[in-house]
Amino acid sequence: MHIPDGFLNAAAMGTTYVISAGGVANAIRVARDKIGEKHIPMMGILAAFVFAAQMLNFPVAGGTSGHVIGAALVAILLGPWAAVLVMSCVLIAQSLIFQDGGLLALGANIFNMGIVASFGAYYLYRLTDSLLGDNRRTKLVAGFVAAWGSVLLASIACALELALSGTSPLAVVLPAMAGIHVLIGIGEGFITIAVLSLVMSTRADLLRLQRV
Amino acid sequence: MNNKKWWLIALVFCLALATISPLASSSPDGLEKVAEDKDFIDVAEGAPFEIVADYIFPGIDNEALATILAGWLGTLVLFAIVYGLAWLIKSKKGKTTTEHY
Repeated sequence: MHIPDGFLNAAAMGTTYVISAGGVANAIRVARDKIGEKHIPMMGILAAFVFAAQMLNFPVAGGTSGHVIGAALVAILLGPWAAVLVMSCVLIAQSLIFQDGGLLALGANIFNMGIVASFGAYYLYRLTDSLLGDNRRTKLVAGFVAAWGSVLLASIACALELALSGTSPLAVVLPAMAGIHVLIGIGEGFITIAVLSLVMSTRADLLRLQRV
Repeated sequence: MNNKKWWLIALVFCLALATISPLASSSPDGLEKVAEDKDFIDVAEGAPFEIVADYIFPGIDNEALATILAGWLGTLVLFAIVYGLAWLIKSKKGKTTTEHY
C-alpha cells in the first residue's frame, strides 16, 4: 500500500506530513518515559521482521498480491506509540533506500501504515480482548481481528487521500481499496497470530512488556 | 533457551524470511492493482534517485540473489537503526520527567 509520488496533491501530502511528523515527535516523547531495557532488542527485531515480512507478497484473488503491514503485531506487543516509531523507520528506509513509496508521499505512508494501522490495531485488540476475556486463545482471536482491521483502516485512509487529491473519485476508489484489503487483511491476520503464538510459546515474558 | 540466544534466533528468522523473498508473488499489490483498474497508475512518478530500487541489489546479474541481498541489507539496517534509536531514546530517559506526570 506504499503510495508513490504523483498520486497525491500538495494539500494531502502537506497535511499528512505535518500529522506524521507530530506523531513521530510524540512517539519519541512517550517512548522516553516508558521504554525499558527489554524494549530495545524487541523494537530492533520487530523492525527487522516488518521489513522482511513486507517483502513477501502473497497472492490474493484476481492477479493481485498483498503483503503484511506489520503494524498490528508491533502495536500488540509493544503498544501503539512504539509501533509508530518502528513503522516510521521501516517506511523511511523503504522510501530512501529501496524507492518503495514516494519521498513526497512519505508523510501519507507513515500516516496510513504507521499511525492509522498501529492505533487501529491497538484499540481493536484491546476491545476484542476485553470482550472475550483473557486467555491464550482469545488473545489470538483478538490479534487476528486487530490485524485484519488495521489493514482495512489503512486502506480506507489511503483511499480518502487519493479522493481528496482528486486522483480518483471516492465512490470508485474507496470500495476498490477496501474490497481488496478486506482480503489482504486475512493474510495479515494469520501471519500476526502465527508470530504472536510463536512468541507466546517461546518467550511469554515479552508479552508482558509495558506498552508504549 | 537463554535470552541472548532467543534474540539471535529471532534475527536469523528474519534473515531467513528475507532469503525466501524471491519466491514472493510479483503480481501488483492492492494499491497498484486499484490504480491499474481505475486508470490512475500513469500519474505515478519515479524516484529522483535510486539506491536499491525495487529491492534489487545493483550490479548483480542473478535477480534472485540481488533480491536476497537487498532483503538482508534492509533487515540488518532496520535492526541496527531501530535498536540504536531505542537505545538512544532510553538513554535520555528521565530527563524530561518534570514535564510529565
